[in-house]
Amino acid sequence: MSRAALLVLADGRFPAGGHAHSGGAEAAVRAGRVTDAASLEAFCRGRLHTSGVVAACVAAAAALGADPGDLDRAVDARTPSPALRAAGRRLGRQLMRAARATWPSPELDAVASLFPKGAHQPVVLGAAARAAGLGALDAAYCSLYEGVSGPATAVVRLLGLDPFDATGVLARLADDMDRVARDAVETAERVVSDGVGVLPARSAPLLEIGAEAHAARAVRLFAS
Amino acid sequence: MHLDHHLESPAAVSADARRPDGSRRALRIGLGGPVGSGKTATVAALCRALREELSLAVVTNDIYTREDAEFLLREAVLPPERITAVETGACPHTAIRDDISANLEAVEDLEDEVGPLDLVLVESGGDNLTATFSRGLVDAQVFVIDVAGGDDIPRKGGPGVATADLLIVNKTDLAPYVGSDLGRMAADAKTVRGELPVVLQSLRSEDGVREVADWVRERIAAWTA
Ligand SMILES: Nc1nc2c(ncn2[C@@H]2O[C@H](COP(=O)(O)OP(=O)(O)O)[C@@H](O)[C@H]2O)c(=O)[nH]1
Ligand SMILES: [Mg+2]
Repeated sequence: MSRAALLVLADGRFPAGGHAHSGGAEAAVRAGRVTDAASLEAFCRGRLHTSGVVAACVAAAAALGADPGDLDRAVDARTPSPALRAAGRRLGRQLMRAARATWPSPELDAVASLFPKGAHQPVVLGAAARAAGLGALDAAYCSLYEGVSGPATAVVRLLGLDPFDATGVLARLADDMDRVARDAVETAERVVSDGVGVLPARSAPLLEIGAEAHAARAVRLFAS
Repeated sequence: MHLDHHLESPAAVSADARRPDGSRRALRIGLGGPVGSGKTATVAALCRALREELSLAVVTNDIYTREDAEFLLREAVLPPERITAVETGACPHTAIRDDISANLEAVEDLEDEVGPLDLVLVESGGDNLTATFSRGLVDAQVFVIDVAGGDDIPRKGGPGVATADLLIVNKTDLAPYVGSDLGRMAADAKTVRGELPVVLQSLRSEDGVREVADWVRERIAAWTA
């Protein structure tokens, strides 16, 4: 396995469509819930420990080779908002395009043909990590990091937040990410032996509600 | 071997000239240039000029609304299912150059849903003079500036003005009102572009898009040759 491949996959410039999404940050900014670095940090920490945990477990399980169809259904069941489900599949499809071009593999081709309009992003992320020769822990880290770096970058654009402050927020979340990533791998191993029923079902109702409100807006900077 | 891989695959992953089923994909032409220079107006005029002879679709890249797509829908230049709006997340040039995935997806979906298509026009969200399209997204690019933006723009150059496959200097009807020297704009463009073509046009005049439509026809002929 190549550790450097993790840098390629985790790079914010990896061309997988993420730049057009704010991970719910735009809705939170519009609702007045994110106004500065401190509230951005609270937002990111909340995301990390709710939907972030689920996504990391799914990505890690996919990296271990758990059934992508089962994982995809499990994500659907854990994502009440139709707008979020649609955004997750769109991002999964775009990531699949980039991953297949970057790390051609029959396994990725198989997942792509199973989901021509896109599997959920964490499912594809885990499969991409696998194709890149990475492990479950790497997939979990990737998922967690982009789950918080996306909103942080978006808030720099939305609020004109000092980019150094936004990066400081990400650095302060590092210990939490370490813990969640380790737990995600344990869960992923149990998914392989016991099935997707053991996946956590944490959710953040305000993220779901915000996603629906955002999708209904006529004027917005980010797709989700 | 590489080709076989793509033919078996459920979705094309790059700029391959063939679709997964082996058929030739549509020619893709990108239109870039500063906000307000006349990109959407040129797209609308091209649709009207070419829709009888070619199977067409349009992808717009709006910055924070669906304004361009809605203008084209309102003007009914094409049936609604042939127009798709891509959201660019505050970075219009990223979506046409550094991370083209959303645009490629829109193009592919149009080909799947309303194809076969001969031509897809991809309009950029409007950006500064450095914005250019990736060759992975479009086969040819048009850069649209206008006389009202200042007649020194061709002299300033920049990747769009200097390297686009076609440069349009639009709104020539406004030249007398804004004091732009068309002769100087054409001469400066020639200096930075060499043999690459330049069209000066006014969409306010009858059949104003004719020269550009002819250029598109030539590209289509070369693509399908
Ligand atoms: N006078 C004049 N106005 C034009 C011409 N072409 C476009 N416009 C107007 O310029 C404005 C901006 O055009 P638009 O196509 O939306 O620009 P875009 O931002 O580049 O897509 C609109 O009000 C158009 O009607 C032209 O040739 N002459
Ligand atoms: Mg426009």
